[in-house]
Amino acid sequence: MKANCWMGKREMQVQEVDDPIIINPGDAIVRITSTAICGSDLHLYDGYVPTMVKGDIMGHEFMGEIVEVGPNVKRLRVGDRVVVPFTISCGGCAHCGRQQWSLCDNSNPKGWIAEKLMGYTPAGIYGYSHMTGGYAGGQAQYARVPFADHGPLVVENDLPDEKLLFLSDIFPTGYMAAENCAIEPGRSTVAVWGCGPVGQFAIRSAFLMGAPKVFAIDNVPERLAMAEAAGAIPIQDGDDVLETLRELTGGRGPDAAIDAVGMEAHGSTYDDVKQTLKLETDRGYVLRQAMRAVRKGGVLSIPGVYGGFVDKIPIGAIMNKAVTIKTGQTHMQRYMRHLLSLIEDGKIDPSFVITHRVPLSKAPEMYETFVEKRDGCIKVVLDPAA
Amino acid sequence: MALETQSAEQSAAPSRNQSSRAKIAVPGNRGVKVVRSCTVRKPAAELYQFWRSLENLTSVIKHPVSITRLSDTESHWKATAPGKTFVEWDAVIINDHPNELIAWRSKEGAEIPNAGTVRFEAAPGDEGTEVTVQLEYDAPGGRFAALIAKLTGEEPEQQVAEALRRFKALMEAGEIPSVEGQSAGGPQRELRRKERQQMQRKAAS
Repeated sequence: MKANCWMGKREMQVQEVDDPIIINPGDAIVRITSTAICGSDLHLYDGYVPTMVKGDIMGHEFMGEIVEVGPNVKRLRVGDRVVVPFTISCGGCAHCGRQQWSLCDNSNPKGWIAEKLMGYTPAGIYGYSHMTGGYAGGQAQYARVPFADHGPLVVENDLPDEKLLFLSDIFPTGYMAAENCAIEPGRSTVAVWGCGPVGQFAIRSAFLMGAPKVFAIDNVPERLAMAEAAGAIPIQDGDDVLETLRELTGGRGPDAAIDAVGMEAHGSTYDDVKQTLKLETDRGYVLRQAMRAVRKGGVLSIPGVYGGFVDKIPIGAIMNKAVTIKTGQTHMQRYMRHLLSLIEDGKIDPSFVITHRVPLSKAPEMYETFVEKRDGCIKVVLDPAA
Repeated sequence: MALETQSAEQSAAPSRNQSSRAKIAVPGNRGVKVVRSCTVRKPAAELYQFWRSLENLTSVIKHPVSITRLSDTESHWKATAPGKTFVEWDAVIINDHPNELIAWRSKEGAEIPNAGTVRFEAAPGDEGTEVTVQLEYDAPGGRFAALIAKLTGEEPEQQVAEALRRFKALMEAGEIPSVEGQSAGGPQRELRRKERQQMQRKAAS
């Protein structure tokens, strides 16, 4: 089959690789009908996530059709149309039992790597470095899906892929980010840093939850325009964001701040230099700004991916303003079914975020377009059959 | 070096009191202990059943150690590499408190004396069972550690940690997560292919 492989920093290649096989009895094999490039894939592309190995198959947003199941798979059948969540969960551990799916104890076969860095390991993730298991990803024609009874969402409607594909990550991720803000309908204001795909879904989710005002902060005009189209108030990063937010909230500050940017924030020379010199692994510009801007007693919700360390964290602002921090990789299975029903009921059409539809073979050049934010690129969908 | 073992009565009263923990000491405290815990979301009885047949450990010890059953309390341990047996010994269960504790040790005359215990204690609330493994062997740099390091490239501590990780997955999820034999590109392709062939040979045999 064809698969998009990481071959080094800023080097992707679509290669011919062996088709996946059933390895464990709970596995299934999916023939992929649609797959996407995630903003968080850019952290791998740019070489900021350690433990990538040349030849790793990229991609954690995919859907398709079940073509084979292992002997222990009971819930899925060959022919089922499924959306695969990006985190892998065993279904049997205490965290899965508590719906903390992204904290699964048993799905990362290389847990010791994350344990060294973080103390304990999160769940395995498709195509997202060996720290999260080294699983082959879904920017390919087929993928192996471990613990298949506990992940894929079976879809029984005939909606097109492009309305369903983002149930694999960015819609639930934006939704959980908004849910973490504990929005009081009609009262809570929310500021979202980063108007990439996760930020766009966080904005729309905050409105669905009844937020009267959502502020969208970015420096890319077409992303701000997309946020504004959803009803958000756009704020150009580079203006005095804190001051602007204060004035737009009657001097109170937003009740919740969402960092939908993560480790590669732009705007701070200090972080650029330190990250380049490997004195910090992640750039904390947005995190610092959000911590200062959020209201007293407010919530900071972090769906943006961080990998390691950030310095100059204004912990004094967090402590003295009694700010609650909510974060984590998305507990996918908690949200997928409900969000599917929102799509089926026409409450949201996730395909609004797509700007580019290309064959899988074009993946390497689309990474470049996406990372450089050229050609208005916000979301790339890849067709593995083309 | 000989391993001495306290009697069953002394070492393992069925209580959660720390002082009642099994002690299997190397004389003069020259031995090395590895202790590692994990919590498994299953009842103690089920976990105890798995360990009571020590040969079941073959499925959770990643590197090539094969354990075969000799009798209800005795087993034969063999550390091998392809085509070669490095060392073997017989182990005997010397302490057995159903659903609470199992202790074993290598028999008199073993080339590399070693001993182990596993203890099962109820975790708070609905967390399941805390499983604590203690492995004891000769001094650092001694032959046991050297052997494990030679066979696996890892220290015994890591080996115990990995065995427990795999044990927990097998009990809770019914399988041990793996990416061996999966699809890969570039320089990984050949390695993954070899893993795949090994898996298929193993399945066929």
